[in-house]
Amino acid sequence: MSWLATPSELRERGVMGLNRRNLDYLSGFNDRRAYPLVDNKLLTKQLAARAGMPTPALLHHLSRQYEVEAVREHLADLPEFVIKPAQGSGGRGILVIVGREGEYFVKSSREQVDLRHIKRLLTNIISGLHSLGGRTDSAIVESLVNAHPMFDSMTAGGVPDIRVIVFQGYPVMAMLRLGTRASDGRANLHQGAVGVGLDIRSGRSIGAVQDDRAVTQHPDSHVPLQGICVPDWPALLRLASRCFDVTGLGYLGCDIVIDAQAGPVLLEMNARPGLSIQIANGTGLDDRLRAVLARDSFAPTVDERVAFALDGLGGAVG
Amino acid sequence: MFIERWFCVLGAVLLAALGLGLAVYRHVGTGVPVLPDEDRLVWQVEARVEFLATGAPAEALLTLPPEQDGFLAVRETGASPGFGFVVDQSGKQRRAHWTRRSATGEQVLFYQTELIVDPAHRVAPVPPEDVGQSSFEGPYATAATGVLDAVLPRVTNAGTLADQLVQAVNTRPLSQNLSLLLRSHAPAPLVGALLNEAGVAARTVKALPLADGRRYQRLRDHLQVWHEGDWLLYDLVSGRLDDTAQLLLWQTDAPSLFDVVGGVGSRVTFSMTSQSRSALALSRLRTGPLDLTLHGLPVAEQATFKLLLTLPVGALVVVFMRLLVGVRTAGTFMPVLIALSFLQTELLAGTVVLVLVVSAALLLRFYLSALNLLLVARIATLVVVVIALVTTLAVVSYRMGLISGLAITFFPMVILAWTVERMSILWEEEGAGEALIQGAGSLLVAISAYLVMNLPVVRHLSFNYPELHLCVLAAILLLGRYTGYRLLELRRFRPLADQSE
Repeated sequence: MSWLATPSELRERGVMGLNRRNLDYLSGFNDRRAYPLVDNKLLTKQLAARAGMPTPALLHHLSRQYEVEAVREHLADLPEFVIKPAQGSGGRGILVIVGREGEYFVKSSREQVDLRHIKRLLTNIISGLHSLGGRTDSAIVESLVNAHPMFDSMTAGGVPDIRVIVFQGYPVMAMLRLGTRASDGRANLHQGAVGVGLDIRSGRSIGAVQDDRAVTQHPDSHVPLQGICVPDWPALLRLASRCFDVTGLGYLGCDIVIDAQAGPVLLEMNARPGLSIQIANGTGLDDRLRAVLARDSFAPTVDERVAFALDGLGGAVG
Repeated sequence: MFIERWFCVLGAVLLAALGLGLAVYRHVGTGVPVLPDEDRLVWQVEARVEFLATGAPAEALLTLPPEQDGFLAVRETGASPGFGFVVDQSGKQRRAHWTRRSATGEQVLFYQTELIVDPAHRVAPVPPEDVGQSSFEGPYATAATGVLDAVLPRVTNAGTLADQLVQAVNTRPLSQNLSLLLRSHAPAPLVGALLNEAGVAARTVKALPLADGRRYQRLRDHLQVWHEGDWLLYDLVSGRLDDTAQLLLWQTDAPSLFDVVGGVGSRVTFSMTSQSRSALALSRLRTGPLDLTLHGLPVAEQATFKLLLTLPVGALVVVFMRLLVGVRTAGTFMPVLIALSFLQTELLAGTVVLVLVVSAALLLRFYLSALNLLLVARIATLVVVVIALVTTLAVVSYRMGLISGLAITFFPMVILAWTVERMSILWEEEGAGEALIQGAGSLLVAISAYLVMNLPVVRHLSFNYPELHLCVLAAILLLGRYTGYRLLELRRFRPLADQSE
């Protein structure tokens, strides 16, 4: 086996490279003016809430230092919550509180922190410590998602989410992202999380990768990664598909969590989704994107688009 | 989408054709050589005299370079607005003489000369009139005798005596006699005086090292020794110089380099550029209002443009490395700016300095993040730290005798501080691994860009045929429409190809 693949081998598998993604899809189908809608999680959340799409409830929004000083009473009657920067990158600056222990807050790692710690985090977020390029930012306090119990054994902390690539409103490819110790519980593939490719027709696992290499079990929990089946699959695709309608972004990555009670919940969106999802799925994106482009249906509804995906994108999934 | 692509390709082809066409037209019309040609090199040297006039009649005298072996002077100008200019031939060496009835404020006078490199050009050497008298007194006379007594038994002629003395001055530890003498004499005049003491004619001369595109240079002391009917040239560090093609003798027989009357704070600096002889001929031909060649600019500005005009080529290298190879870099064009700095510091010294300063600053960043400062304050702190590091490095390396450490002063402080800032933001946002990957990527791209920008043919063409930049632009446009795989993606996506059988 050679060290490099040849371009023709990759073309045969329909693999999409970064240059093509940027030139033919991002600049062709994504309006730059819509980017802030997905780069700012507060805007995303408001957009989704207005459209009636399930998303973790916004409990508080802090953008000024004096609001931080008054945060004690806001948090007083919240047993569990998540704090995150509105324009954070790579999952940094996120604090998950799962319970209270007297004056103390209990983190998802069972570690206890006091109110001072939380205030310092909020101050840092607002000053831009965790945002792209250090711009001043605001902090979001949102309700905690209780991941479906089937995921409990799989991750090393953090909430596993499902990344769906949505092209022109059609869900075309999906993967389950599991945090690892290497990724510090975060679900970002380039930080070392595990990506499990999912059959777009059924939500069943196909294969898994970590750091662009195939794996068969979770590196920390050693749970086998075959035979996983994500519940509520059609509802999840329907939620992903609607993201296109509310943002207008033609090429989009949606991050969705399965809540134990509420079912699929939209976490965030990404206007420049990465390409490792192809490795997790063992196949390229090209054929599926072409299948969508070839479909001559005028303004299809969400149900039509999801049905097309569940049906295997007109034979492109095989 | 496809029409767009063809439109772009068409535009690129037209641009490239235009650039090539113009270049060919100019080549045919003027004969500017396509390749750099060392034999037909012309140096444009500019001396810049600056002083602050006090309001009284102002007068400035500048010693002019003598006729010498290897250089054929073809043109000189010294005209400066408001000043009368004559060349004074009365002394042993020619001097430029500027005068003005009254002048106030800052005055800048230029003297420009053009010298064709011509190894066949020989000038009959002017023999010395007499050997200088003993200039040592008291304890110095004893010490001088001591030095000569130690050396004389080992020498056979004036040449070897000079060799031995230069070597002795550079040997550590110094003999007691020499260290006493060096305390009150500069090395070059000291060796000269010692030679005179031994009855050998020798003199201290000032010479200008010629290097393309250098600005604000100063003259350096050298030693000339009369031996068998010719003047031999010595460098006070490396000894006898045989190849003097890169050294222009400036002050040989005059008591001073320059004098200013009616002004204070005077200084003289030198700039130079080299070009091929035909390129120069071209600059003479065109003097109309539409003269768009760069040869009409003052020498110091020409030198700047020589550097700036290699930038597009560096940008092309960056585009190539990012889009075709897939190297990740910190900041899009930071690598070109680093490469530009390398052009002034030399590659090895520049790389060492850059890596040292950036890693030291990043280490300090850990301490700063413990202080929990706001981002702007943290970066401002880093800038201050970078300045301190650079200063320390320059002083320490100079003390340790590593002259190349001084190269750091050529490293634009802004680029260093900016690199550190980019790297530390990257470190915080993407983690150490990504910062190292992108840092190494940037360095790799910067070095590649430097290697290309430093090619003699690239430097020659970018300055003498600026229209070829249209071709560079065309190449960048074409690369901008490239949608194929990057080299590193062939490796990244290899697992997908493996499944295809």
